[in-house]
Amino acid sequence: MSLVLGVDVGGTFTDLFLFDDATGQARVGKVPSTRGREADGFLAGIATLTEPAQLAAIVHGTTVGTNALLERAGAKAGLITTAGFRDVLAMRRRDRRQTWGLTGNFTPVIPRDRRIEVAERTLADGRIAQLVDPAEITEAASALLAAGCQAVCIVFLHSYANPANERAAIQAVRAVWPNDHVAISSDILPEIREFERTSTAALNAVLQPVVGDYLTILATRLHTRGFQGPLAIVQSNGGVMSVEQATKFPVRTALSGPAAGVIAAARIATAAGFPNVITGDVGGTSFDVSLIESGRPSLAAQTTLEFGQVVRAPMIEITSIGAGGGSIARIDSAGLLQVGPSSAGSIPGPACYGAGGTNPTVTDANLLLGRIDGARPIGNRPALDVDAAKRAIETHVAAPLGIGVMEAAEAILTVANARMAGALRLVSIERGHDPKDFAYMPFGGGGGLHAGALVRELGLSCALVPRYPGVTSALGCVIADMRHDRVLTLARPLAALDPDTLAEAMATSESVLAPLLDEARMTFSARKIEHALDMHYQGQTHTVSVPVPDALDQASLAAAFAEIYAGAYGGLLPHVPIRVMNLRTTLIGERPPIDLMSLAPASNASLEASARPHRLVWFGGWTEAAIHDRLALPTGAVITGPAVLQQPDATILVEPGQQARVDPFGNLILEMLP
Amino acid sequence: MASEALGAVALAVLKGRLEQIADEMDATLFRRAFNPTIAEAHDACHGIYHATSGATLIQGKSGLPIFVGVMAHGVRAVIEKFADRPPAPGDVFVFNDPYLGGTHINDMRLIRPVFADGSVFCWLASVGHWHDIGGPVPGNYNPEATSYFQEGVLIPPVRLVRAGTLDQDILDIILAASRLPDTAQGDLQAQLAALDLGAARMTALLAETGTERLASALNSLTAISARQIRAEIASLPDGTWSGEDFLDNDGRSATPLPIACDVTVAGDRLIFDFTRSAGPTAGPVNISRATTEASVYVALKHLFPEIAANSGVMEPIDIIIPDRSLLNAQRPAPVGGYTETILRIIDVLFCIFADIRPDAATGCAYGTINALSITGTRENGQPWVMFSFFGGGHGGNPEGDGLSHGNPPIATAIIPPVEILEAAYPVRFTQWALRDGSGGEGAQRGGLGAIYEIAIESDQAQAFVFAERAHFPPRGVLGGGDGARNVISYEQADGWHHPALGSKAVGLQLTHGQRIRLETPGGGGRGPISERSAADLERDATLGLVP
Repeated sequence: MSLVLGVDVGGTFTDLFLFDDATGQARVGKVPSTRGREADGFLAGIATLTEPAQLAAIVHGTTVGTNALLERAGAKAGLITTAGFRDVLAMRRRDRRQTWGLTGNFTPVIPRDRRIEVAERTLADGRIAQLVDPAEITEAASALLAAGCQAVCIVFLHSYANPANERAAIQAVRAVWPNDHVAISSDILPEIREFERTSTAALNAVLQPVVGDYLTILATRLHTRGFQGPLAIVQSNGGVMSVEQATKFPVRTALSGPAAGVIAAARIATAAGFPNVITGDVGGTSFDVSLIESGRPSLAAQTTLEFGQVVRAPMIEITSIGAGGGSIARIDSAGLLQVGPSSAGSIPGPACYGAGGTNPTVTDANLLLGRIDGARPIGNRPALDVDAAKRAIETHVAAPLGIGVMEAAEAILTVANARMAGALRLVSIERGHDPKDFAYMPFGGGGGLHAGALVRELGLSCALVPRYPGVTSALGCVIADMRHDRVLTLARPLAALDPDTLAEAMATSESVLAPLLDEARMTFSARKIEHALDMHYQGQTHTVSVPVPDALDQASLAAAFAEIYAGAYGGLLPHVPIRVMNLRTTLIGERPPIDLMSLAPASNASLEASARPHRLVWFGGWTEAAIHDRLALPTGAVITGPAVLQQPDATILVEPGQQARVDPFGNLILEMLP
Repeated sequence: MASEALGAVALAVLKGRLEQIADEMDATLFRRAFNPTIAEAHDACHGIYHATSGATLIQGKSGLPIFVGVMAHGVRAVIEKFADRPPAPGDVFVFNDPYLGGTHINDMRLIRPVFADGSVFCWLASVGHWHDIGGPVPGNYNPEATSYFQEGVLIPPVRLVRAGTLDQDILDIILAASRLPDTAQGDLQAQLAALDLGAARMTALLAETGTERLASALNSLTAISARQIRAEIASLPDGTWSGEDFLDNDGRSATPLPIACDVTVAGDRLIFDFTRSAGPTAGPVNISRATTEASVYVALKHLFPEIAANSGVMEPIDIIIPDRSLLNAQRPAPVGGYTETILRIIDVLFCIFADIRPDAATGCAYGTINALSITGTRENGQPWVMFSFFGGGHGGNPEGDGLSHGNPPIATAIIPPVEILEAAYPVRFTQWALRDGSGGEGAQRGGLGAIYEIAIESDQAQAFVFAERAHFPPRGVLGGGDGARNVISYEQADGWHHPALGSKAVGLQLTHGQRIRLETPGGGGRGPISERSAADLERDATLGLVP
């Protein structure tokens, strides 16, 4: 058995990518998602490709956790914490929702009457000033149970420095708690900063019953249908973990699907000879951007899901702006055309969906200009209503501006493209890069419609459109390595860190992580361990990540720090003492590589066979544009714009003055005409 | 509607491009700055300013609100001072003079012209909060200052970079003033890098768009903002409304200081008359005229958040301040406590606009920066200084209850967590909690303030507090209740005490185990409590948020 299946369950579609590593053959699938009963869509999707019993392994990107958080549909959970500090979760880091306008409140996911204080105190250096009393914990747990809590988390001050009180407390809770949804913050995130740790633990607690139930049902149903292999879940860090780990730490799935997409993009782009790319996922409501440098995606230390909801765990860094297919165009009170961030969503959706939406959107503009084929929209949707799109644009954009409806549709795209270009610029500038040094990789169904405009506007060398833009995340599931991260706060001057202590800390982290690969029942071609220290100058709050050198003595660590710091900030502060905040350890189980040549066009493909009847597309006036079936294009084919390349899950626009050529992997390289 | 020559679409795109330039300058500085006040707390700002007037044309999204209002004054100061020694391409000017640029002496301003067709097209400016610029107190926070000479070293506007060449002599003078010259140099280089990037981007945009077209776009954007704010003002009823609130004191004598304003709506113009406010003070709560104008700007941006941040907003606004006023500081009057005075102006304006425009009325926020520093000596003889700001409640507002434990309206900075403070300094927090009952009651309740209680873990320590609202509470609006007042307490051998001046204190002596406690103000409520829903009342009671 050699079939590995990647399944990405998104809000609208469940995407599948089936790879046979014996034959190198790949197949893709796409079915509607079944919100609330995600396992149904999952199994229906498998049925379009194969039988569960035929699969060697399944890797899954899931939005069940993300949706539960965004819709505040998490389970009822409780918090047991240090006396004097139950409000940490509600107080955040003393911030506010937006810069201008003093409105907007915050409701923590665990309300105050389910946050119980107990007498205990651990100090910053790990000394226990007051031992926890198990009887008091039992009483607190019983009160939370009586209040109807399904999950409980325990967060004590400074537990990263010494987890003894938390461990004593969890024992007492387990003795009375009816399920496994019990966790301590030093297991979830043994890192200094009580708000971020509490927030992460609280979000994990409200997710544990939701994600746990979902994965249990899914695993049981797969098993019933004869699936014997491992089921793994993609984490926000772009690596995979076992179902057991995902049930314990569901908060690590917060960006599961998007992370898988970026992992796939990195692999595809690197193979195609573009190790530096910026990815852009054009969804219904948002444009999600991520930067890949030297084939490695950028990782962020934490993310904020919405105001005050902080998840601290390494995750693929994704910057989102409100500019997607459903983004609404309107004239603001200054008389200027705005596109987004408000969105028509999937219900009612763009005006052309004919589902009650009357606001003009980016999709309506693309349709009216002939860039989308209204008779055959992507994702097996019914035919689109061009007249409805035209009415919406006429009423809300063209008439108020006193311009023609076609000019108005072009204007909507001009503004939308300018916003997307701005996001690409800012993401590269923030990391110290010039966007011109990057290729652009669009994915998602709509990415290819805007890629040419971004190449033109930003002066990029090219855009690289993957062969299956609409199922990139599912492909990422198959590609992703297993990855586990652990952080250990050291919080001491470098001068007080002796090599034995560091070696012991590294060994501890390795010993915690190693079993996670062993338990996963997956095949790995290699195992890699990486240690890095978060270091800074005393008095600074920001740290730099310094890979631990072979020699652990202070001079070697100082030299390693100096090199990284100078590289990042240009200068050193030789008189200021260096501090070591955290040890971060990453264990990677590399999965057998997938030959991306398996995605290449069939050898008998031909340009002639790919051609479809010409269509009129608006570029400042109706223009005859070539239309091709994208998947039928042969390797080496060159299409000169204006042209539209169509495939079941995506549409790609080649503007006049641009060309698209097919590379050996089946990717399209979109660039300005030489 | 936009009848501008350029058309609404081109203008929207150009506006985005220009704002992006300011955002990219912000991003460059945040990434490269050495001190965390800039790098982490984003106590900085960038913008694009008018060639001859210095007026604000474009602002970034991430800049500190109060800077957004004062930057234009700093640019104008450079234009005026160097009128007879005009700038050349590649010049950069630097200064921190608070009487010219507003705010306080820590805020270092770098200003650079962008040329097109041989003349100045616009100015770029970068301001960032430096860690230390000399004076008797590290970090320049000196509640006892009676002039700027006790607040730090003042740098007048000087040409730091001449046609692209850094003047090392001037740099040496500036760096010699700081206790942290390496950090200062790092921050300065980062600000220069931000301006380099901004200048390159502007030059490229000019080449692409054309000088006239871009100038026309900038004029249109200012005109549009002016038109928007005029329309907002015109929708308000004509008349004069008055408001008054008080600062507890100036940190030296116990006299309350009135901050009073009479706001007149006359058609599409607004007049802010601060004549009835207190005169100059001996202690450091004076602010410059530029800062007063910026305070009005910040209040208006909070009240009308949709309007773009450029000088058009201030076009239909007149501000009257007498020559002798704590709102018109003349050198060398001390200005280090400027935050408290700005916050009180914003409170007064929130109350006045609650009367003018009741449907949008918002209760006052907690109204103080709550600066606390504790210093002592470690067992190894090394001195330590813990410094932080602390939070309070926001006011009840049309959308609902006020935010608990928010940051002040003039900043967007966050504060360090307990674990970081305890790991860095010999202190132990015994409480870090919401302060029950501190939000003003109302149909929309004020947000809660906080209780921070800190025990000293070293032999001896001294505490310094610079705060406000110990005597005058944050007010409610439309019949909503006031927020709780600030209560500062500290422990001595004979029990708990309060500072003589309420929320300001210098050098409180504490020994091992003794505590200091801040109980910070909540926000004012909105509307009468009788109109609060039964569900909200029950939830407040269940959660213990009210007494």
